[in-house]
Amino acid sequence: MMLVFADHDRGTIDPLTFQALTFARNLDPDVQAVLVGGGGAGLDVTAAAAELAQYGAQIVHVVEIAGYSDYAPLAAARALVELLVSTGAKALVAASSARGNEVLAHVAAITDRPFTADCYSISIGDPHQIVRARWAGNLHEEVDVTADVVIATVFPHSTEATPAPAAGTLKEFTATVSEHDLAVRVINRIGASTGGVTLPEAKVIVSGGRGMGGPEGFTILEEIAGALGGTVGCTRVVTSAGWRPHAEQVGQTGTKVAPDLYLACGISGATQHLAGCKNSKTLIAINTDADATIMNHADYIIVGDVNQILPLVLNEIQASKS
Amino acid sequence: MEIAVCVKRVPLVGSAFMLTDDSMSIDTSRIGATLSPHEENAVEAAVRLVEAHGGSITLFSVGGADAEEQLREQLAIGADRAVLIDTEGVEIDSKATAALLAQAIKDDSTDFDLVILGSESADSGGYQTGIRIAHALGRPVVTNVKGLNIEANRATCERAVGSTREVYEVTLPAVITVLDGLNIPRYPSVPGRIKARKKPVDKVSITIPAQTTVRTTLRVPVSTSKGATDLGTGPDAAKALVEVLKQIGVMQ
Ligand SMILES: Cc1cc2nc3c(=O)[nH]c(=O)nc-3n(C[C@H](O)[C@H](O)[C@H](O)COP(=O)(O)OP(=O)(O)OC[C@H]3O[C@@H](n4cnc5c(N)ncnc54)[C@H](O)[C@@H]3O)c2cc1C
Ligand SMILES: Nc1ncnc2c1ncn2[C@@H]1O[C@H](COP(=O)(O)O)[C@@H](O)[C@H]1O
Repeated sequence: MMLVFADHDRGTIDPLTFQALTFARNLDPDVQAVLVGGGGAGLDVTAAAAELAQYGAQIVHVVEIAGYSDYAPLAAARALVELLVSTGAKALVAASSARGNEVLAHVAAITDRPFTADCYSISIGDPHQIVRARWAGNLHEEVDVTADVVIATVFPHSTEATPAPAAGTLKEFTATVSEHDLAVRVINRIGASTGGVTLPEAKVIVSGGRGMGGPEGFTILEEIAGALGGTVGCTRVVTSAGWRPHAEQVGQTGTKVAPDLYLACGISGATQHLAGCKNSKTLIAINTDADATIMNHADYIIVGDVNQILPLVLNEIQASKS
Repeated sequence: MEIAVCVKRVPLVGSAFMLTDDSMSIDTSRIGATLSPHEENAVEAAVRLVEAHGGSITLFSVGGADAEEQLREQLAIGADRAVLIDTEGVEIDSKATAALLAQAIKDDSTDFDLVILGSESADSGGYQTGIRIAHALGRPVVTNVKGLNIEANRATCERAVGSTREVYEVTLPAVITVLDGLNIPRYPSVPGRIKARKKPVDKVSITIPAQTTVRTTLRVPVSTSKGATDLGTGPDAAKALVEVLKQIGVMQ
């Protein structure tokens, strides 16, 4: 049996969790999900469990923990440690999301087991043979893992979430959680949602690198993004120079995106940047250097100076809209 | 405030990954090395805390002797001393690395109020070292921190969720793992570099621990190279680009 930790925020399940359920189902059809919440507030257990069942959860273990607030990683891990014992699961799987990785790392630390993050495939055995990402997926690593229970997260978008409706029988589980386990928990939320398009959800991203020359270079990118209903992205060089906020950084240590259009302007295409944008449906690059790496990863290229090309592009967009 | 920061030397890979003939590691013969970006933010955070509250910074690294290069760089930025746990080039899995770091932190003559790490290393991306160290030391841990403020023994930490931020509070001593974007790391100054030459880097030899995760091979995944269509140059290129935008349905 495979146990899958469901990453949710106030009842909204992270779509990566559906990929994790699909991944686990391919290892063993007997998949059971775990939903941890703070007893009532913000979590509609029935609705969330129904979604997990859509992707193959035969049983949904519901763990309500008083004082959990939105999220308390160690408390969630305690519950999983107990569930691993009581269910005798062969593996504990989650999405490679901030919460998925965090909770599973706690479980591994508590039980002194290895934890393998960002997996593409797992072959259970002795040892388990696992293929995982290094360098944010720029390299694949094959490892032999020795453990009685596999603890692993699934590399984002490496498995396509496919529905397979199952019973999703609710089972309440009471975990022994101490005050100490709840010491680290969300105590507040700040910054109301800006209402603007965020990078992960944007259909169009107009992104700039060092080649934009400075913070003022981004005005035209904002205008083009605005005209296309998209948002602005950038490289690490740009955030390190303080030209743009880090929230706009795309790449290994920024946000990983998959928009319909990624327009890369004055970006060289370092592996760590491509790690964040290579799943874009269409990638267009504008660069003075025809040999820049980004040109090999683009669907369309323009060899030229952004200062000349981009105003023309904006004009053309406006002309064809009016 | 006494702060420990765990940092790792990683190869500075540019446009492509080259592997050694046995496909067991990255061919580093023609490339330089760097620190994982998150750890640059970790050191910067520590330097700012010591500037504000006093105290000292000790760096811990598990790696080969060449990691001294990265340690000296961070000593130049403001760390006071470093402990290099020398693996003589043997790669060590995350679980064993965390155990070595936790032991070195425990064995150190300084009692640390705070241990800061990156949330994940650039090369391995294990997402676990900080959490394991916290368990080994019996301390609370907040991960993925993008905003940090410490007053009177309490650390207030912010973490991104969508376009909002969650707030956590934790009492020191504690472990914190941070993300790129927490701050903008400074560059070492010339006087900083000169001082760094004299700062102590203690090398600790170890017997290589048993490992539960063993690499069998590395692969460069199939390239995403697409054979791009050239849209030309100048005004014609702009027209051609807008035609593409129409085709792919992003022009409303
Ligand atoms: C572990 C690690 C993690 C990293 N994570 C990230 C990450 O998350 N995101 C990220 O972006 N980077 C990341 N980096 C940094 C990355 O390696 C590169 O340094 C960075 O992506 C380069 O940014 P750039 O393309 O803007 O700059 P450059 O590499 O300097 O490229 C600038 C490009 O602009 C072109 N250009 C110049 N002038 C013009 C002009 N007038 N018109 C058109 N083109 C012009 C040049 O030909 C060049 O190709 C990471 C690095 C490491 C080591
Ligand atoms: N060999 C190492 N030496 C020192 N610190 C390390 C080492 N490996 C990992 N770390 C620290 O642990 C963090 C998370 O690494 P990981 O768990 O491998 O993703 C890194 O950002 C570093 O701060």
